[in-house]
Amino acid sequence: MELSTVVFYLVAVITVGSAVMVAVSHNIIYSAFSLLGTFMGAAGIYIFLGADFVAAVQVLIYVGGILVLVLFAVMLTHRITDVEITNRAAGRIPALIIVGVFFALLVQTVRETPWVKVKEVTYQPTTAKIGDLFLEQYLLPFELASLVLLAAMIGAVVLSRKEIKE
Amino acid sequence: MIAGFSPHELSSYLVIGAILFCLGLFTVLTRRNAISVLMGVELILNSANINYVAFSHFGSGNLDGQLYAIFVIMLAAAEAAVGLAIVLAIFQIFHTIDVEAAETLKE
Repeated sequence: MELSTVVFYLVAVITVGSAVMVAVSHNIIYSAFSLLGTFMGAAGIYIFLGADFVAAVQVLIYVGGILVLVLFAVMLTHRITDVEITNRAAGRIPALIIVGVFFALLVQTVRETPWVKVKEVTYQPTTAKIGDLFLEQYLLPFELASLVLLAAMIGAVVLSRKEIKE
Repeated sequence: MIAGFSPHELSSYLVIGAILFCLGLFTVLTRRNAISVLMGVELILNSANINYVAFSHFGSGNLDGQLYAIFVIMLAAAEAAVGLAIVLAIFQIFHTIDVEAAETLKE
């Protein structure tokens, strides 16, 4: 077996295992830190798919931004001493049945669909091409995304400020 | 080793995406803690991104799927910022982030 296949299995196991921890852990701190494994594993999968820029963005934004934000929210909203009981879960068995049926359907679809494939898979640096596409073909969505980010920033500041009642 | 599960097969990436999606859906359905629900949403967005990049790599061969993945990551950042700000505001009013406690629209 090739080395790359072994690494791929390792990355897949880390991704899925951390996601299982996020879904079932009783302690929300463990859930939040397991999210790190899922995000890093997804970055590894992007590298296997030849998407170097997306992998870097994944590490920068998900691990460096969203995960830190989630950890801040956990720390700010919990009395750390009684954190054991705060990650309550309800209705696990019906949810398990729904999710199981859905997963079986998805896997069946993946197996039966005749996917169209390119003749030859290429591995090339993508950053420069992505930059060109953002400033040519996808200019309008790119500018709209910056507007959305500005609106979200202002919204977050307005929502999380303290109300001062007269 | 599992047959057909290798880094050169499209279906192995799609199965990883499906597993992540189902775990995220499970998290969203069962958790009563608002931050955990947001974590489930992040898992679902990640699974969608893996599918986008996988189809871009194996299916089309151009970079459109990767660009969509970057847009999804951008919007996930915005969603996380606003969602967690709402969670903090709920915590200030109700002193809990249990989603069942925050059923009312007013204090």
